[in-house]
Amino acid sequence: MSQLKPSFIYFDNAATTKTAPEVVEAMLPYFTEYFGNPSSIYTLAGTSKKAVTQSRDIIAGAIGAEANEIYFTAGGSEADNWALIATAEAYETKGRHIITSAIEHHAILSTCHYLEKRGFEVTYLPVDEYGIIDLNELKKAIRKDTILISIMFANNEIGTIQPIKEIGVIAKENKILFHTDAVQAFGQIPISVNDLNIDMLSASGHKLNGPKGIGFLYIRKGVKSRSFIHGGQQERGRRAGTENVPGIVGMGAATKRALAIMEDKTAKELELRDYMISKIAQEVPFSKLNGHPTRRLPNNINFSFEFVEGESLLIKLDMEGICASSGSACTSGSLDPSHVLLAIGLPHEKAHGSLRISISEENTKEEIDFTIEKIKEILQYLRNMSPLYEDYKKKML
Amino acid sequence: MYSEKVMDHFSNPRNMGEIENASGVGTVGNAKCGDIMRMYLDIDENGLIQDVKFKTFGCGAAVATSSMATELVKGKTIQEALKITNKAVTDALDGLPPVKVHCSLLAEEAIHAALWDYAQKNGIEIEGLSQPKTDIHDGEEEETYE
Repeated sequence: MSQLKPSFIYFDNAATTKTAPEVVEAMLPYFTEYFGNPSSIYTLAGTSKKAVTQSRDIIAGAIGAEANEIYFTAGGSEADNWALIATAEAYETKGRHIITSAIEHHAILSTCHYLEKRGFEVTYLPVDEYGIIDLNELKKAIRKDTILISIMFANNEIGTIQPIKEIGVIAKENKILFHTDAVQAFGQIPISVNDLNIDMLSASGHKLNGPKGIGFLYIRKGVKSRSFIHGGQQERGRRAGTENVPGIVGMGAATKRALAIMEDKTAKELELRDYMISKIAQEVPFSKLNGHPTRRLPNNINFSFEFVEGESLLIKLDMEGICASSGSACTSGSLDPSHVLLAIGLPHEKAHGSLRISISEENTKEEIDFTIEKIKEILQYLRNMSPLYEDYKKKML
Repeated sequence: MYSEKVMDHFSNPRNMGEIENASGVGTVGNAKCGDIMRMYLDIDENGLIQDVKFKTFGCGAAVATSSMATELVKGKTIQEALKITNKAVTDALDGLPPVKVHCSLLAEEAIHAALWDYAQKNGIEIEGLSQPKTDIHDGEEEETYE
C-alpha cells in the first residue's frame, strides 16, 4: 500500500464504518445543488425525487424486493421499532404474542419490553453456546396467537449468523410474519427476501460505508402496517417527513458499492478474520473465541480474556491507536455486561473481559500482528494488576 | 470521558502490587458487576499506615480510584484513613462520570475492609468501624428508560 498510513487502526466496523469517498461524492450535489423538496412541483424538486427513486430501486434490487416495498427511515433502530410496534398494532386483533431471541439488539429488545407493558406477550428464545437459536424451541414457542417472529440475521457482538432460511420456512408454514434485523448483514452477505421468506427487514446505511442517519425497512406487499410517523404522504403515507435526500442517495450509493465489492471484500475479510482468530487462540493465554467458528460474519472477531476487564483493555488499546469495542458493563453504561455474552453462557467475569474486533477489507495482516502484540502486553499488565489472576495463581500453586 | 487525573492514575497507577504478610487485607466488589478491588495495608505498632498496595480488576475509573485511595491513606493514622470518603477520592481525581461514581465507593469500602481485617487479626476494635459489606453493589439498581 502506497498511501499514508493512518495514525490509528480501525477495528470497530460493526459500530460504524468510514463513509466511502464515492458515497460522499454522490451525496454532495443533493446538499448544495439539488436541494429541492421531492414533494414540490418544480423541476428542481423533480431531480431530488428522481434520486430518491433511483436509490429505492438499487436497494430493492439488492434484496430481491419491489421498490414500493422499501421504506426509508432514519436508521436501523427506527426500522426495528417500526417493524415491531406497527405490526403489533395492526395485528393485535389476531393475537398478542411475539417471538424473538435473547441476543437481539436493544432496538428490538427494548421495543419488546415496551410492547409487554402494553399487554403483548414476548417469548425470548434462548441460544446455544455459539449464539444460535434452536429451531425446535422456535416451533414449540409458536402459539395460536403468535403474530410475529423477529430474529436478527447476524449478531452485532459475536457475529453469529442465524438459520434464517429455516426460520422463514417455519414462519411461513405457520402463517406468522417474519421480521429480521439485518443491520449487520445487509451489504455484507447476500440476502434474498423471497428465498428466505422474509416479510420485513431492517437495515442501516452507516454499517456499509454509507452515511449515518439513514436506513430502511422492507415491508412485503400485503403485510399490514400502521404508519409510524404521521403528517405527510412521504413513503406511501407510512413514514411522514421530508425525505433525507442526501442520506437516501448515500444509502443507494453505498448499497451499489457494497454489492459490487462484496465477493472481494468477503474473501479478504475471511482471510484476515481467520488469521487473527487462530493467532490469538494460539498465542494469547486464557483466551476464548466467542461465537461460532464458521457461521459468523466475515468481519467479526470476539474473544474473552480471563482476569481482565474490557474497558481497561479498550483504553490501553486506544493509547496504542487501536479502536475496538467490548461487551463489558463499563462500556454499556450499566452494571451488567453484554446480554449476548451472558446468553451464550459466559460467566459475568468472562463477559466483562471481552473484546470485539470488527475488521474491514482495508485492514492488513501487519495491523493484526501489531494489535495482537499489544493485546499480549496489555493483558500481561492488567493481569498483573488483577486480584482474580492473583487468586488463580495461588490456587494453582 | 475521564479527567486528566483519572487517566494519569489509570496509566501510571500508584502503589500497585501486593504486600506479603500485610497487617490487613480487604477485598470488595464482585465480578458480576465487573470490578473487584483488593487493598493491602502495612500498619505499624503506633497505628500508622506505613505502606499500602492495591490490586484491581475493573474499568479505568476503578483502577484510578484504587490508585488515588492508596495515595490518600499512605502515612495516615487508622482514624484518618477511616475518614476518607468516596467523595474525597472522587474530588482528588477531579471528578468521575456519573455512571462511575460507584467505583469510588469501592475504594472507600476497600480501605474499610482492610482496616476491618487488621482489627480482626489483632483482636481490637476500631472506633467508628463496623464490618463493611463486601459487595458494594447490594441494593444498587440499574436505571431504566422507557
